[in-house]
Amino acid sequence: MASKYQPVIGLEVHAVLETRSKMFCACPVVDSTVGEPNIAVCPICAGMPGMLPVINEAAVEYALRVALALNCTINLTSIFARKSYFYPDLPKGFQISQYEQPLAQNGWLTIDTVDGEQRVAIRRVHIEEDTGKLTHVERDGERYSLVDLNRSGVPLLEIVTEPELHSVEAVRNCAYALRSILRYVGVNSGNLEKGLMRIEPNISIRPVGSREFGTRAEIKNLNSFRSLERATTYELARQEQLVEAGGAVVQQTLGWDDARGTTQAQRSKEVAEDYRYFPEPDLPPLVVEKAWVEKIRKGLPELPQARRERFISKYGLKAYDANVIVAEREVADFYEAAVAAAKTADAKLIANWLTGPLFGLMNEAGVEMGDLRFGAKQLAALCDQVAVGKVNAAGAREVLGVLFAEGGSPASIIKARGLQQISDSGQLAAWVGEVIAAHPKQSADYLAGNAPLLNFLFGQVMQKAGGKANPAAVRDELQAQLSKLGK
Amino acid sequence: MSGLHELSAKQALAGLRAGKISSVELTRAYLERIEQHNPRLNAYLYVSAESALQAAAAADKQYAKARRSKGGKLPALLGLPIAVKDVLAVAGMPATCGSRILENFVPSYTATSVQRLLDAGVVVLGKTNTDEFAMGSSTENSAYGVTRNPWDETRVPGGSSGGSAAAVAARLAPVALGTDTGGSVRQPAAFCGLTGLKTTYGRVSRYGLVAFGSSLDTVGVLARDAADAGLILKVMGGYDPQDATTVEKTPKLEKPSGRSLKGLKIGVPKEYFIEGLSAEVENGVREGIRQLEALGAKAVPVSLPHTEYALPVYYIIAPAEASANLARFDGVRYGLRVVQDDLIEMFKRSRGAGFGPEVKRRIMIGSYALSAGYYDAYYGQAQKVRALIRRDFDNVFKKVDIIAAPSTPSTAFRIGAHGNDPLEMYLEDVFTLPANLAGVPGLCVCAGFDGQGLPIGLQMLGPHFADERLLAVAAAYQKVTDWHKQGPAL
Repeated sequence: MASKYQPVIGLEVHAVLETRSKMFCACPVVDSTVGEPNIAVCPICAGMPGMLPVINEAAVEYALRVALALNCTINLTSIFARKSYFYPDLPKGFQISQYEQPLAQNGWLTIDTVDGEQRVAIRRVHIEEDTGKLTHVERDGERYSLVDLNRSGVPLLEIVTEPELHSVEAVRNCAYALRSILRYVGVNSGNLEKGLMRIEPNISIRPVGSREFGTRAEIKNLNSFRSLERATTYELARQEQLVEAGGAVVQQTLGWDDARGTTQAQRSKEVAEDYRYFPEPDLPPLVVEKAWVEKIRKGLPELPQARRERFISKYGLKAYDANVIVAEREVADFYEAAVAAAKTADAKLIANWLTGPLFGLMNEAGVEMGDLRFGAKQLAALCDQVAVGKVNAAGAREVLGVLFAEGGSPASIIKARGLQQISDSGQLAAWVGEVIAAHPKQSADYLAGNAPLLNFLFGQVMQKAGGKANPAAVRDELQAQLSKLGK
Repeated sequence: MSGLHELSAKQALAGLRAGKISSVELTRAYLERIEQHNPRLNAYLYVSAESALQAAAAADKQYAKARRSKGGKLPALLGLPIAVKDVLAVAGMPATCGSRILENFVPSYTATSVQRLLDAGVVVLGKTNTDEFAMGSSTENSAYGVTRNPWDETRVPGGSSGGSAAAVAARLAPVALGTDTGGSVRQPAAFCGLTGLKTTYGRVSRYGLVAFGSSLDTVGVLARDAADAGLILKVMGGYDPQDATTVEKTPKLEKPSGRSLKGLKIGVPKEYFIEGLSAEVENGVREGIRQLEALGAKAVPVSLPHTEYALPVYYIIAPAEASANLARFDGVRYGLRVVQDDLIEMFKRSRGAGFGPEVKRRIMIGSYALSAGYYDAYYGQAQKVRALIRRDFDNVFKKVDIIAAPSTPSTAFRIGAHGNDPLEMYLEDVFTLPANLAGVPGLCVCAGFDGQGLPIGLQMLGPHFADERLLAVAAAYQKVTDWHKQGPAL
């Protein structure tokens, strides 16, 4: 927006570390949005008297993967702390989190903005446990709150960026970039709807050119990227109107109401709760061995940013296509496997077929890369057939449709369906001659200057050929015969 | 067979192994004594007569089977009855922790310490009285009434493990588990004439111990002598994957063997012989130290200069941890719930009705010490001073093998004596708190009686993981004294 004010936005992201068991007990991590309540609960995550937490090493490893991918400094000794408050979904009356000495800090990630690439600073990355879930119901005229502790004690990673994002677009791209990294390092599936990743922007504005920070508001309850964008846009406009009208922004937490497209105050930070943090006496300081950290660092996959650069330089992809392909590790892996398997088709052709027709089919059916009925080799084989002219684009789309629906091999699908491209010049010349003879008026009009009619005539030839003619050859033959006619 | 209750745990086990007595007889003897004396003493809050007799019968069967097959390794404590302080969870038995808020609470799990003893064959007689959530020095803070000292029933048995101490002293159990956060095993051991072991922090798992001050809480033993305490420690100690503060590998420390204490250096800290220490207790303790010297030990004066800060430091750290530990008692999942329309009101009313005054006092002190703006001045500062107290011990243990000192300023006081002044009660623990802040082991033995016939406790402290050394010194002492063999006339 062309405004007198500059948005100043930071993100606080909570990501479930999708380990097998919970952060401090042996209960499995289950999908808490489906199924029975309280099926993954033990005395520890139910906060029974006398129970003690024990650190899940896998969760620490997951957290380190993310921290390293975000270029953070790892604190080889970090400290768990108790964050105290009363709520029925918090069984112990405190949440085990990290406060003064988090697992990692001072990192960064690169995002795209309209002004080019931006390096966004990561303030801290720490481990904590999730809370349970409340459901409010009414039975026989009485209102009840039901407690489900399936989620209680699930490992969470909190990632806090510095307030360095200055547009809604930057907010979106930063959130996507974080999601992409979480998925790349294999710790989180990035599902916002299920609450596996929760993004909370803290938003303030300041006059353009000012270096001071304005008062910020935090927005919670964003369960899609769309609501992140809408809520950020809404809040920026609200603050601007407020300030323009002579008002002042109040520091508070706002809840996004997706149906109404507005925010509502959740709690005012003026009467901020005092969480009475202190080091968790039941857990000794978390000490991670340097050698272990280095092993994890070495085990990290190539991250999206680096992979994108490589795709551009090695495969000659456009930045946009490279971005789309590297956004998800499975897609990028699939792409590279296809490029490697292709004999004739080049990397760009494969990128076009991947991001165009295949993504189209996947989006339409809501299917993920991992659910495909065919592999990278089949896509490569199909692109090869296109590249050598064995099948034309329309035929190849049909083959892709069959691969998508049933799987199989492109060569046999082409054969079975008779989709081989016809390039025989005698046959093509005969069909073109017949079409021109059958449409004398359109042919004459074309020659008189109505250029788009060529497409009509082309379509007629393709129809005669049952869609299988080599389109480039048909165009050449049409133009040749028509120009002869005009002389 | 009469007089079975006079056998020490070690003697009873020998009798069981030899087939001279049965576990059912032994257990029944204790249950009969409990029936007879507990209504007056109130040492037990819950007696598990039926399950105890079943376990005893099963133990007898195992013994008989082993005798028939001539061999086979038997569990170390097979058939031995014990009592368990009510802050330790035993599956299927109530765990009230001396509080109204847990009046009907029955855990589904068993504390690791108890489980290891059960695996070794013990028979649990029941759960013993305690100050509410182990906060107190007399059992007067129990919601279920005070326990009476068997030596003088107008007096307290000490606390918070007063129920366990009274049970062992009155021969209502051969041995009992207690817990020690600031002296709660050693002080009642002193008041009841027992051997009380406070283990090194990290030596015995706290899993299943309802937390009071997590960085201070330890599981300990109240026994008639050091040998019995050692039997229990050997079984229940050691690393537990369910308690991250237990230690995987403990150092092997030198300890005396047999009757001689030749070469043992004993530090006598001047800060423990101060105004407020009763003359009779001081005399008893000094006489005890002389006795150790007679066995070959050498006593030297030492200084633990930060001792005077132990009390204020403790009364910040313990309540701070307690304020968080006790937050789970909110009426939502278990325990007392005072139904209200409003959630916050339900929290307030449930906790208000469930907790006693001392627990509320400590929750308030602890919450205050942790609150924004006060943290650095209170909790932060206390942690710094705690490190100095720990260093005092580290320094002294470079020069001496153990420390000997009084356990308590006086012998057992009358019920109600400190009723109006919590500070007076806090001072009862002035000699026992430092060991908890430092995490070192402590042991109390009976070193005589005062003019009123009340036991006097001699406290010994050792470096981290010197629990066995303390037991060995106490055992040597008990070979040449017979204070520990005396029992109250009931």
